[in-house]
Amino acid sequence: MTTKMFGEPIARVEDDRLVRGHGAYLDDLGHDALAAAFVRSPHAHAEVLDIDVTGALEVEGLLAIYTYEDLPDRLAEPLPLLIPHPSLTHGRTQYALARDVVNHVGEPIVMVVARDRYLAEDAAERIIVSYRPLPAVVGIDAARAAEHLVHPDVPGNVAANMMQRVGDVDAALRNAPHVLELDLSIERSASTPMEGRGVLARWDPESHRLRLWTSTQTSTGVRAAVAAKLGLALVDVDVITPDVGGGFGVKIMHPWPEEVLVPWSAQLLGQPVKFVEDRREHFISSAHERAQQHHVRVGFDDEGQLLGLDVRFWHDHGAYIPYGLIVPIITSTQLVGPYKPGAYRVEFDSLYTNTVIVTPYRGAGRPQGVFVMERTMDAIAAELGLDRTVVRERNFIRPDEMPYDHGLVFQDGRPLIYDSGDYPTSLEKLKKLVGWDDFAAVRDAARAEGRRVGIGLACYVEGTGVGPYEGGHVVVEPSGKVKVATGLTSQGQGHQTVFAQIVADELGVPMADIEVVTGDTRRFGYAVGTFASRAAVMSGSAIHLAARAAREKALKVAADALEADPDDLEIVDGIVRVVGVPGAEISLGTVAVLSNPLRYAFDDAAKAATQFAVGDTGKPPVPEDEEPGIEGRDYFSPMQSTFASGMHAVVVETDPDTAEIKILRYCVVHDCGLLINPRIVEGQIHGGVAQGVGGALYERMAYDEAGQLQNASFMDFLMPYVSEVPERIEIDHLETPSPLNPLGIKGAGEAGVIPGAAAFAAAIEDAEGFPITAMPISPSELFELRRLHSKGLST
Amino acid sequence: MKPSPFGYSRPASVDEALSTLAAHGSNAKVLAGGQSLLPILSMRLAAPHHLVDINRLTELDYVRLDASTVRVGALARHARVLADTAARVAQPLLAQALRLVAHATIRNRGTTVGSIVHADPSGEMTAVLALLGGSVRVASKSAHRDVPADEFFLGALESAVAPGELALEASFPVLGPRSGTAFVEVSRRQGDYAVCGVGALVELDGDGALSSARTAYLSVSATPLVLDVSEAGEDFAAAAALAHEQVDPEADIHATADYRRHLAGVLTERALRAAHAGAVERSAHG
Ligand SMILES: Cc1cc2nc3c(=O)[nH]c(=O)nc-3n(C[C@H](O)[C@H](O)[C@H](O)COP(=O)(O)OP(=O)(O)OC[C@H]3O[C@@H](n4cnc5c(N)ncnc54)[C@H](O)[C@@H]3O)c2cc1C
Repeated sequence: MTTKMFGEPIARVEDDRLVRGHGAYLDDLGHDALAAAFVRSPHAHAEVLDIDVTGALEVEGLLAIYTYEDLPDRLAEPLPLLIPHPSLTHGRTQYALARDVVNHVGEPIVMVVARDRYLAEDAAERIIVSYRPLPAVVGIDAARAAEHLVHPDVPGNVAANMMQRVGDVDAALRNAPHVLELDLSIERSASTPMEGRGVLARWDPESHRLRLWTSTQTSTGVRAAVAAKLGLALVDVDVITPDVGGGFGVKIMHPWPEEVLVPWSAQLLGQPVKFVEDRREHFISSAHERAQQHHVRVGFDDEGQLLGLDVRFWHDHGAYIPYGLIVPIITSTQLVGPYKPGAYRVEFDSLYTNTVIVTPYRGAGRPQGVFVMERTMDAIAAELGLDRTVVRERNFIRPDEMPYDHGLVFQDGRPLIYDSGDYPTSLEKLKKLVGWDDFAAVRDAARAEGRRVGIGLACYVEGTGVGPYEGGHVVVEPSGKVKVATGLTSQGQGHQTVFAQIVADELGVPMADIEVVTGDTRRFGYAVGTFASRAAVMSGSAIHLAARAAREKALKVAADALEADPDDLEIVDGIVRVVGVPGAEISLGTVAVLSNPLRYAFDDAAKAATQFAVGDTGKPPVPEDEEPGIEGRDYFSPMQSTFASGMHAVVVETDPDTAEIKILRYCVVHDCGLLINPRIVEGQIHGGVAQGVGGALYERMAYDEAGQLQNASFMDFLMPYVSEVPERIEIDHLETPSPLNPLGIKGAGEAGVIPGAAAFAAAIEDAEGFPITAMPISPSELFELRRLHSKGLST
Repeated sequence: MKPSPFGYSRPASVDEALSTLAAHGSNAKVLAGGQSLLPILSMRLAAPHHLVDINRLTELDYVRLDASTVRVGALARHARVLADTAARVAQPLLAQALRLVAHATIRNRGTTVGSIVHADPSGEMTAVLALLGGSVRVASKSAHRDVPADEFFLGALESAVAPGELALEASFPVLGPRSGTAFVEVSRRQGDYAVCGVGALVELDGDGALSSARTAYLSVSATPLVLDVSEAGEDFAAAAALAHEQVDPEADIHATADYRRHLAGVLTERALRAAHAGAVERSAHG
């Protein structure tokens, strides 16, 4: 037997190509293409009075200038509201080019196409747009106050109000021995992948077909949207994702204005057109996330057992709401984490502001929810004088209570039912890993030296692998090589490796003989996309089923050829063998040849399959209910999401003089079901933790009152460098299989980032001795908090 | 993020560079390491008609040392100055500050003279030049002049280098006997421009008592601020209090003004303590 690949920590097969610089990202393509640039609003809120393009017309190399007035038919309509919801009563989306009002700095108003990007920007610079500035609504306080409106026909700036409840929370709080109230908030951040958005379109006027490359997390979604906007048949549109330099959520949003405008102009101009977003554009015209304010009321007994939890929160979704309510719905449902909240009520308003739109960023509403729940747990512990782990332990859902139904509706419209998980064991492991029980001594010893150290922990549960479905296709070529395709896309997760591992186990072929293609509608046309930590669960399972079908077919054909029983066959290193009969074997490639009865031979191998060489003349060449080829195609569509979980602990030291915050240790216990590839899972955790550090200590969108983003560059938007990320991330795994898919797996892509803000806040609080209720936190803010609390003490 | 059109020359000698600069006058900009200039051009915050690239002027790629001065030529990259052992021994403050300038990749390209001409109030080398009382040699087609540090920095991002001029070298006095230096700062991420930074120069008299203490500050004023805190003697906390009183920083998105002021105090004490220790050690060996 070959070793089982599932579970092996093998190195990523895609890396050799990528680290040698052989990757091909969007801007590596289309060197012959014209370039698009955009005139974008410098105002957060303004009426567009006039657009004067005269000056631009002199720019040599200019091909076209488009404004809203040029847009035909469906392109002139607002862009789609992708995920409607009954609570989303006031959904507004933008026009591909602003019509008469702009609602955030960066909103596109004019599209310029020129011979190259330099010339396009020269022309764009000469276009004069006249505005009448309107008052800008910036931040949740301003949105709630509603002194000014973002959209005049949306009262109170409220796009949606939504509430879910389980039990009678008012009664529970009334009767609770202890009640605490907390205000907790998280600021805006963003995915900020290394590669921004980008799209290249080639229109072939002869075949009347469009080919589109886009740096997206959903090629099928883009195909459907572009075909609809341009009035093309789906079969006439190919959407291909080249190598994608990171997504982290922002690229699941689609279609971007540029994604429909670029193919439209390519069609009009009869030449390929390309748009590559630059960094400033990415900051001001893609998407952000995270900004929420929460008010919590929690009731509990003397033991710290939750009796009732009432959470009211406000979500800032920016100028438009194309992605619907996904982020706040996730916060409201995932907030409960591994706990039984008692009676629970959660209500939110999703608010318009004159800022960049909000769509999911890795974690997608969970970092906020976990921050709220874990800060609440710590507050309960502080109130009762209990150890923070004890309070958590007392509220955990126990393994024997699985599956556990929270009585809530999750982001996929399905009931929130945890499929499996073992939270008490996770906590035990984490306490051991970080040395929780010995930490008081560490803290005291440091104090004695005038140092401040603190420890914090945070737990989360993450619904992963949401539906509706994904598919997989596996075909064995006559060469014996295996080609695998799935429709969802890859942005660096290592799909080529893990999907090949799954196929290798089924088909008994070496990894090197397996090629995996993702996100290319030419290879697989039915798909949803890569988000919600779903690729391994959804496409992994589908590919597993497809490979199994291909295997069965191969064994059947091989059994015929070897005159054996399919049950007696095994496939090892690409050879089908009769177990225990040396020499009775046939290569998988030959099986593929035989499975496809031919009239014409094209090489020696194919001769074996031609009509005078094979076949029982008593049967049709392709038996009934069979198809030629060793091929499998299957889909996976589970009833509901599968729930991964984990716990992080962090030890920090805060400088008593400068208020700088240093990470001393970062520990992770992670349970994403069975591990396909532990190395890849750990890589995902490392990246997530790095983003968690960013979200906790560095990154924020610094909007001023006028709605200008003051830090729209990597100089001032402080993504952590490697020097800010802990040198070592200590990881322990727990593998609680999911009963919901054939591989027993759960998603792992987002987890690393989720508890970051909560764990850091707890650790800083522990070091400093006063509550931390808002994240991120900078040394300057910590300094100001120290002053506030020392004043508080002295009065 | 593409620059507007510009002309470009890459002179092979200083004379040629000066002629080209003279010909283009205020429409031209010198391109050294490009680490500050190119982002400005790409964001179209400036649109000079002509760039004079000095990267072929190898005659300016030097770090020279004589009895009294370390002289850094306009093409010497930060990395090269940082790695120069003789310069480090002669004036330790150079390396103490340079290791805090940006990241290795930027130090490989960016020039020390360029960063001084750029006159960023957060640039370490501007503070070093001011603290040490160095000077910059500036040339035009018609004349050469030496501009002392206290006349060199005119405002934030504004130096005494006029259109048509090229800065040839920066000179830093070597460290005297019984003296010590230090440079400390707080930046948000490693290599970022500092939220606040302090350089210190301490001199002892023959008896080992502190005779002079000066400090220079980053990111608290438009031009490098140098304070004489000798009066506090070896009471570095008192010196910190003096600094705290005298700096008048502004807030930005990374720090409140009060936090910066607080840091100026804390870092003054730390820098003086380290510089004093250096001076004591040097006296012992000298
Ligand atoms: C991410 C990042 C972080 C950084 N962090 C820091 C930091 O922490 N501390 C710090 O000090 N710097 C920092 N820098 C700036 C860096 O030190 C630059 O290299 C320096 O400011 C400019 O040097 P340069 O050779 O690149 O000059 P250029 O960018 O080529 O030029 C800068 C300006 O000076 C002019 N100029 C340059 N040389 C001459 C000359 N010989 N004569 C006349 N005019 C001249 C140019 O015309 C231009 O106006 C950072 C830069 C980046 C990109």
